[in-house]
Amino acid sequence: MQDAQVVMTVRKASDSVSVIDIEGEITSFVEDALNRAHAEASEGATKAVVLNFDGLDYMNSGGIGLLVTMLIRANRQGQKLAAYGLNEHYRQIFELTRLDEAIGIYDDERQALGSL
Amino acid sequence: MEEQQHPSEKKTPRDAANWAGRVDKLHVSGVSPEALNLNVEGRRVLSPLQGFGQMWQKTYRMRLPRSVATPETVISTWKERYAEFWPKGNRFYAPLTGIRPGEVGVINATQGPMRLSTGVLVLYSDDTSFTFMTPEGHPFAGWITFSAHEEGEDVTVAQAQLLLRPGDPIYELGFKMFGSRTEDKMWQHTVASLGAALGSPGDVETEIVCVDRRRQWSQFGAVKHNAIFRTTLGAPMRGIRRLAGPRR
Repeated sequence: MQDAQVVMTVRKASDSVSVIDIEGEITSFVEDALNRAHAEASEGATKAVVLNFDGLDYMNSGGIGLLVTMLIRANRQGQKLAAYGLNEHYRQIFELTRLDEAIGIYDDERQALGSL
Repeated sequence: MEEQQHPSEKKTPRDAANWAGRVDKLHVSGVSPEALNLNVEGRRVLSPLQGFGQMWQKTYRMRLPRSVATPETVISTWKERYAEFWPKGNRFYAPLTGIRPGEVGVINATQGPMRLSTGVLVLYSDDTSFTFMTPEGHPFAGWITFSAHEEGEDVTVAQAQLLLRPGDPIYELGFKMFGSRTEDKMWQHTVASLGAALGSPGDVETEIVCVDRRRQWSQFGAVKHNAIFRTTLGAPMRGIRRLAGPRR
C-alpha cells in the first residue's frame, strides 16, 4: 500500500466549527488520515466542519469517494460540511460528481464560516 | 505586500487530464451499432448521494504476484479487454476510442425475462485506476472504481469498488431480494476473469459495508427513469416498429 501524500491539520474556528487544512493529495490512500482528521475535528461540540482545499494538488476518484463517506459520517453526527480553496478544476469535479449539492463551496474561509 | 491568488487562478493540477470535462447530459457516440442504446442519451449522471436506497460500498479484490502483473499492467489489460471479463448475458459496448475520461459506454444485460439497456460515463482514468459513473435510470446511482496498487514487495492488488445507492424504490426492493447477490457474483466473476487473463487465476475477496442505512424518500420519483422497466416493457413496441419497417 502506498503512503498517504497528505498533511491534514485541524484547528478550531470557534467552539462549534472546526477547519481541516489539507496539503497534498486526496486519493484512496489517505483514508486513515482523513478519518483521523475528521475524528479530531469532531471533538467537543462541533456542529460544522470546513475543509480547506487551498493546498490540494492532486485528487483522484478514490479520493472523491472518501469525501462522500466522510460527508455521510458528518451528517450522521449532525454536522454540516463546507469547503473552500477549490480552484476552477476541482470546483468542476465537485459539480460533475454532484458533491456540490451536499457540500457548500465557498471562495474563502471568511465566506465559508459566514455561511454556517 | 504579497498579492493573494484567487483559488480559481491556481496552475492546472496534475490530475486535470484524468477527469471527464463538464457533462450536463450524456451523449452516446462511437459505440457499436449492434448495441441497444436506450436510457443513456440526454440523461444526467448520478453520484451515490442522489440515489434512493441505502448506500453500500462493495469491494472485490484479488492478489496477484507482481511477477505476473504490475498495477499498470492490470489496469491497461482491464481497460483494453473490459467487456471480455463480464459474465454471459451482459454486454459492455465501449466507445471506439476506448475507456477515456468523458467517454460513454453502453450496457445491455439480460436477467431472466428482464432486459436492461443503460450506460456509464468514464468519470476518471489514469494508469492505475478508472471510474465509471451511472446515469439516471441505472439500477444504482454511484461509481465503480477499478484500481490496482502494490502491496509489499511481491504483490499487486486488483480491485473493483462500488459506492452506490439503488436508484429507485423498485431497484431497492430488487437489490434486497436478489440484486445485491447477483451483483456480487457479477463482479467476482469479472475480477476472477481478469486474474485468469493475466495468467493468475485465484480467489476473489469480497468486502461489503453499509455506509448509510437511510433511504432518500425525496428520490422516490426516480422510478420514472427505471431503465429495466423502460427496456423490458418497450421491447414489444420496438419489435412492432421493426416489423413495420422504416417510416416513409
